[in-house]
Amino acid sequence: MRRIISVLLENEPGALSRVVGLFSQRNYNIETLTVAPTEDETLSRLTVTTRGSDRVIEQITKQLNKLIEVVKLVDLTEGAHIERELMLVKLKATGSQRAEIKRTVDIFRGQIVDVTSSVYTVQLTGDSEKLDGFIQAVGTSGVLEVVRTGVSGIARGEKVLSL
Amino acid sequence: MELLSGADMLIRALQDEGVEYIYGYPGGAALHIYDALFRQDKVKHILVRHEQAAVHMADGYARATGKPGTVLVTSGPGATNTITGIATAFMDSIPMVVLCGQVASTLIGEDAFQETDMIGVSRPVVKHNMSVRRPQDIPETIRKAYYIASTGRPGPVVVDIPKDMTSPNERYEYSYPKKVKLRSYNPAVRGHAGQIKKAVDMLLAAKRPVIYAGGGVILGKASDQLTELTRRLGYPITNTLMGIGCYPATDKQHLGWLGMHGTYEANMAMHHSDLILAVGARFDDRVTNATEKFCPGARIIHIDIDPASISKTVEADVPIVGPVDAVLKEMLSLVRESKARPDAEALAAWWKQIEEWRAFHGMRYETSPDVIKPQEVIELLWKLTNGDAYVASDVGQHQMFAAQYYKFDKPNRWINSGGLGTMGFGLPAAMGVKLTHPDAEVLCITGEGSIQMNIQELSTCKQYNLPVKIINLNNQALGMVKQWQDMNYESRHSQSYMESLPDFIKLAEAYGHVGIRIDRKEDLEPKLREALAMKDRLVFVDVYVDRFEHVYPMQVARGAMKDMWLSKTERV
Ligand SMILES: Cc1ncc(C[n+]2csc(CCOP(=O)(O)OP(=O)(O)O)c2C)c(N)n1
Ligand SMILES: [Mg+2]
Repeated sequence: MRRIISVLLENEPGALSRVVGLFSQRNYNIETLTVAPTEDETLSRLTVTTRGSDRVIEQITKQLNKLIEVVKLVDLTEGAHIERELMLVKLKATGSQRAEIKRTVDIFRGQIVDVTSSVYTVQLTGDSEKLDGFIQAVGTSGVLEVVRTGVSGIARGEKVLSL
Repeated sequence: MELLSGADMLIRALQDEGVEYIYGYPGGAALHIYDALFRQDKVKHILVRHEQAAVHMADGYARATGKPGTVLVTSGPGATNTITGIATAFMDSIPMVVLCGQVASTLIGEDAFQETDMIGVSRPVVKHNMSVRRPQDIPETIRKAYYIASTGRPGPVVVDIPKDMTSPNERYEYSYPKKVKLRSYNPAVRGHAGQIKKAVDMLLAAKRPVIYAGGGVILGKASDQLTELTRRLGYPITNTLMGIGCYPATDKQHLGWLGMHGTYEANMAMHHSDLILAVGARFDDRVTNATEKFCPGARIIHIDIDPASISKTVEADVPIVGPVDAVLKEMLSLVRESKARPDAEALAAWWKQIEEWRAFHGMRYETSPDVIKPQEVIELLWKLTNGDAYVASDVGQHQMFAAQYYKFDKPNRWINSGGLGTMGFGLPAAMGVKLTHPDAEVLCITGEGSIQMNIQELSTCKQYNLPVKIINLNNQALGMVKQWQDMNYESRHSQSYMESLPDFIKLAEAYGHVGIRIDRKEDLEPKLREALAMKDRLVFVDVYVDRFEHVYPMQVARGAMKDMWLSKTERV
């Protein structure tokens, strides 16, 4: 099953490589990984999406917790949560394609953020499935370049991940 | 407050930490530190002949004393030479701090002379590692390093120290922190009361219980509690290779150790049990054999300080995360208070069955009128040392024979690389033990393959007068490899012979020691006695043993615990 694990990490040099190293060392898979500082400058927040059996996921969270620099973590997929990813896509856009792409972007609530005579650059946010859906809708043949941030997530409601 | 240079602060911090010995080897990036060492005499430095040996020495010290070992090396090759030793300690959860010189911080990243990213290289085999970024952080970093290494599930910690951090030209106020607090590191101090209660209820209701104890009992200094609980319950107990000595091997409740080369009765009892109490053990593949066939009728209580060890390979029914000594103590008082008693009838039937298993194999081996059997060498050593020696072993058949036929009644005496299986571990580990227990008998049981992986340390033994007794079970082969080739590759002995063995007697003498060769059966006992009588000399005893012997029992690959070879021809 796909899981989103969110980690509060000491904002120290080398901490990120420990997390990444753990995944490769123990043969766990990483689908996406995002990391950035938080409002508390001593902490980074890291979100990793991974897949595995319940047994593997349990080991992943336990092994992550063992890293000295991991302060706290939560498996967001255990409860209601919000998941977002940002994507920037360059699409071939000439002639009649231009209007059609514009319509599709609107349907997906995206924005065209840069335009040339032959290219649209589209910005889109949503969960990973929605971003995949957009690429499918416009067709891969017109796609020149895709860049995705990877998933960020947060629990719904009052639950917070903090010290 | 005193003003000290980074190097002086480092040495002072080690003194304040109570460090007795540093095992190490100097070089450019560590020279400020070596100079600070020279100007004091509280911490003793032992100069090895290869950095790997320094780590194994620190490791032997830690295993025998329960205190963290300390290593000091230079950057680059000095640091990378420690890796095998660090990985060895990591696999067996041995507390240790490895201090590595590093090129000056201004040069890092420029491929400077003897620059290696030791933080990166060591990362997968350490509990933690740290780099010193400001000289004034040295006392706190050292405090943290020892704290992390020796608490929770212990392990090696590497501290990388760029040369400019130890410069004699800048001085800082020194004070050693009394306490460390790490918001992200809080090992459990006690087990969950509800789980412990549940475990005790299950334990008292069991019909065919077995206690399975691991190295965690020794690391957690819980042998007394375990022994008391086991005796009170009257249950059979087995332990892992790493747990040897956690419960007296000569006691009748002890079934010997379990797993790949464990006793018939221990493996059979495990397989047929209805309840397993696992204490400080990790269900390693050398214990469980095929996990899907593991102990089909057993429910499992698992006590461990490391939550990640629980339900990693085998699912636990009652997990208890906590220090083994505290948890066992609580269990013991619940057992005492409980009105329930073990089911005497069921237990008697269970013991009857176990005694039958015990009688069936009984660790028998074939003897011969003229060939020396490795097993009998170990049995004799056990007798001649009153079962009270520290035994450091290398890796191979001789290691298994030593573990099988030397009956350890006390913890911390069996010193071996169980997790990584590092050939070359034995001699330096024995040296680390001898240094700290000069009056104790310290044996290094080795093979002609393993001993040559750190033979240069005979020189260190001379320098520091470390009269360990090296017992080389010389089968003129990489015996364990050869055994596997006999069993799985139709005896194609690919690269498992050593056809140009040195004259170990001359070699020992060249290093200033005594060498004794034993190749006739009638010489075995008198010459072993002679060797052991030389209290203040290192004696290298080269014993020519049966070249064709195999280690049995041996579990059948990918089978259940009960599937074993009991000799070259008997399979159950
Ligand atoms: C550093 C290292 N290299 C290779 C091995 C694989 N190995 C395990 S046992 C063994 C043979 C050991 O030979 P020896 O020391 O003579 O012991 P014996 O089995 O003959 O008693 C080898 C090569 C190992 N464990 N460690
Ligand atoms: Mg050999």
